[in-house]
Amino acid sequence: MTTVEEPTRTGAPQVRNLVDVKNGEISREIFIDEQIFKNELENLFPRAWLFVGHATQVPEPGDFFSSWMGADPVLLTRDDKGELNVLLNSCRHRGMRVCRYDEGNTLQFTCPYHAWSYSIDGSLVDTPGALHGVPQQKAAYGTNLEREKWGLVRAAQVHNYKGLVFANWDPEAPSFDEYVGDFHWWLDNLADAFDGTEGGTEAFRGVHKWRIRSNWKFVSENFLGDTYHGASTHASVEAVGIGPGGKGKRRHGERQNEGGFSKGRMKTSFRRGHGASDNLAYEIPYPEFEEAELDEYFVAAWEKRKEKLQAEGRLLGGRGPATLFPNMSFAAGFPRTILVAHPISPTETEVWRWYLVDKSAPEKVRDWLRHYYMRYAGPAGMTEQDDMENWDYATEASRGVVARRYPYNYQQGLGQETASDLDGSVHSHHAIAGEVNARAFYRRWAEFVDNLSWPELTELARVDDRATERDAVVTDVAEGVKVLDAVDVVDGPPAQ
Amino acid sequence: MPIDEALLERMLLRESVSEFLYREADLLDERRYTEWLDMLAEDYQYSVPLRMNVAFGETDAREETRAGREICWFDEGKETMSLRVDQLNTGLHWAEEPVSRISHLVTNIRLDAVELPEVAVSCRFLVYRNRVADETDFLVGRRKDRLRQVGDSWHVVRRELLLDQSVLLAKNLSIFV
Ligand code: FES
Ligand SMILES: [Fe+2]
Repeated sequence: MTTVEEPTRTGAPQVRNLVDVKNGEISREIFIDEQIFKNELENLFPRAWLFVGHATQVPEPGDFFSSWMGADPVLLTRDDKGELNVLLNSCRHRGMRVCRYDEGNTLQFTCPYHAWSYSIDGSLVDTPGALHGVPQQKAAYGTNLEREKWGLVRAAQVHNYKGLVFANWDPEAPSFDEYVGDFHWWLDNLADAFDGTEGGTEAFRGVHKWRIRSNWKFVSENFLGDTYHGASTHASVEAVGIGPGGKGKRRHGERQNEGGFSKGRMKTSFRRGHGASDNLAYEIPYPEFEEAELDEYFVAAWEKRKEKLQAEGRLLGGRGPATLFPNMSFAAGFPRTILVAHPISPTETEVWRWYLVDKSAPEKVRDWLRHYYMRYAGPAGMTEQDDMENWDYATEASRGVVARRYPYNYQQGLGQETASDLDGSVHSHHAIAGEVNARAFYRRWAEFVDNLSWPELTELARVDDRATERDAVVTDVAEGVKVLDAVDVVDGPPAQ
Repeated sequence: MPIDEALLERMLLRESVSEFLYREADLLDERRYTEWLDMLAEDYQYSVPLRMNVAFGETDAREETRAGREICWFDEGKETMSLRVDQLNTGLHWAEEPVSRISHLVTNIRLDAVELPEVAVSCRFLVYRNRVADETDFLVGRRKDRLRQVGDSWHVVRRELLLDQSVLLAKNLSIFV
């Protein structure tokens, strides 16, 4: 294993010393400390692949959507050629946020301060986002201003994965495909339609945005694999029942006779930091609906998808909840929604939620899902409301001088990782209570925040050292179901 | 001066509507949610769209998301409202446990249209929430209600809120706005 002893660029203590994955102890400082937060902004966010928005939010040339990458405001735009661009939303003259709209349509962003204008119109500029207009250019600069050097800063890499748009500031960063690895199974389930049609989803208009008084990692960690919190945190919504089955029924109305929620449930933890907590080989059937039109849609979609994926030799499950390292979390089933935790300060985060729906869904299905999403997720969601209470007051009670001396406990399933045939990952057959994903997430996080170089990061992630005594390796779908059937399933309520 | 009968009638109507809305605020702030539900019509519809920053001239088309089609903070009927009350009544709803201190202020009440037995009412709201110690939220905005006369009182049939925030500055909306 590579070890790097020299101090980081900012001269801060190495955060890897604060993350003891061997013993499952992680210092509270990483959720509180100002300098560590600065190092995250410096060394993690500008090098990681970050989710920016959905391509269907900007369908037409000139459409733009304002987003954030770490602590930097960006614009997701579609230029006149139909290409997606991610531009730093800060004027090159004095830094004014050139666009303060959340969405709109324009081929030119004119800064309100002194009116430098930037164009994404290919007939005017070579590079989308280039500086196009400068008031009094001749008088002010003569021939000295090299306009081609002063365009809006462009993300070094942009990748549209089936409508999910990601960007990276670092030209040296590995490609999106390499960064994601086999975790793409989960992104596929997120982006593909319920019947398996590739990229067959679109974003509903309207992104939930809200502020919490907690570190952004609490959010990532929660969706990464903390199914343990559901029984307590979400006890009230479970008691009430808000799923398709209606009042008093289990939330998702899943088909219990076909296995139900917990069958084959486990953790998948990637060395690169991604993680999921779901039924990988075994697909939870879509919920039962009382209304025939809804039931028929989902039954037909489930059958079609199953046939398609089995023909391709693909695993059926993998609907999350899951987190793509570092701060994009999602669930790819019920609900189907993407969350990004934007860092504001060590103890402040702006949470954004997008909601996806099949492009081909009939009105009734769209409407049912939309209502379900809103009563489930977001700040008004009956499930999500209770998460924020815990994150915020966990943060408050961890700030004290004495509190900070004591680490958090991440020992669930310690040393019980098992091999996976997915690249660079392990499983843990803990249906509900397993913290393998969190340990891997923080290990990867520390490697980034300590500013290891790309060769070092790549080398560290090349092999997963966690499951050396391999048990049966899951090689195909049928085999997978058999293995999973043999796993002792601890039943518990679903949770996100 | 002769009494303007029509004006008097309108004033009495507004008084009755105001009384109703103030009583509703009291029930909510006294946490009598089950009784409050009885003030809502069976076909009650409640929506709180998202607000966005958009260019001058685009506000009509884009500033708010549309209830019935797009993502809102809330867009639901009485059934879901009742589930929310049930959730609050479990005593396990951590977002409101310990319970918050809440005040609903209703002001600028006007009758927009009188089509008895229904009236369209507009007002401003200010909902203040304080919980635990320093956690304090102000939710302010405009509201349009449609009320239906039931005996000598009213039911709320439709309620549309415009909350004056784009990014919600409260950590959640676990209270009735
Ligand atoms: S800051 Fe934008 S033109 Fe001066
Ligand atoms: Fe949760």
